[in-house]
Amino acid sequence: MPAEATPVAPADAPSDELDLVSRARAGDGAAFSLLIDRYEGRIFRLAMNITQNREDAEDVLQEAFLKAYEHLDQFQGNSKFYTWIVRIAVNQALMKLRKRKSDRTISLDEQIDTGEDMVVREVAAWDPDPEERYSREEMNGILTEAIDGLLPIYRTVFTLRDVDGLSTEETAEALDLSVPAVKSRLLRARLQLRDKLTRFFKRKGDDAFAYM
Amino acid sequence: MLTCKQFLSELTDYLDEKTSTELREKLQRHITECPNCWVVCDTTKKTIQVYKGMQSCSIPEDVHARLMAAVERKIADCGKPK
Ligand SMILES: [Zn+2]
Repeated sequence: MPAEATPVAPADAPSDELDLVSRARAGDGAAFSLLIDRYEGRIFRLAMNITQNREDAEDVLQEAFLKAYEHLDQFQGNSKFYTWIVRIAVNQALMKLRKRKSDRTISLDEQIDTGEDMVVREVAAWDPDPEERYSREEMNGILTEAIDGLLPIYRTVFTLRDVDGLSTEETAEALDLSVPAVKSRLLRARLQLRDKLTRFFKRKGDDAFAYM
Repeated sequence: MLTCKQFLSELTDYLDEKTSTELREKLQRHITECPNCWVVCDTTKKTIQVYKGMQSCSIPEDVHARLMAAVERKIADCGKPK
């Protein structure tokens, strides 16, 4: 019998992950629960950021883990379990958005420009510690509102890359996008958020100061 | 010297520290000479920082409980995954 190649987990995946997956695949519910404990918070936050709606986010969370369980045999083991389940969750979340705005197609491939018209509107310096001006609650409100103002493609890339901390390559894999596509969306997202936050964080008295 | 547009197109790699040393030096020179791009760079960096620090990923207790219940039902219904 030819020896089956053992999948090698990515270097930074938790070392017990393949083991948990294969136990879950064999029907061990406790092993699957451990995978849930490890990733449910991040998946929920991602779903909240994409759908902007708690009920939808909860649906996405459940659908993602239920689908993952159903299709565990398709998990290859050469990418991280998290990258794999993120892909399922993002698809579910985008489907929710599509359902809600049935007249508009929402896709990660939405045509975006390549940066030719990239305009930075507000060029005002910020306080050195902008977050100290606001309570934690106010900050959360400001940050959530700013993210909600982005197009789904930008929200998704920004959340995975800058909030969740995935690498550019992992984000590309999770979203089935090329690395350059992730990079251009990320730049857009970062600059747009920066524009939106400037209103709250700009240094007092800087209004009349023109840099250009 | 780089143009502001060139600087902007490299900003993401610059902030992620993914540029070559040579390009990094050019970008650094640009922001010491261009206050506009310095501000954009500084505030974009802070944008990333505030998001990193703020959004927690704790899950509400009731959401967690309903997820576990749904998964248990699934396992009871179909047993082993395919
Ligand atoms: Zn410049």
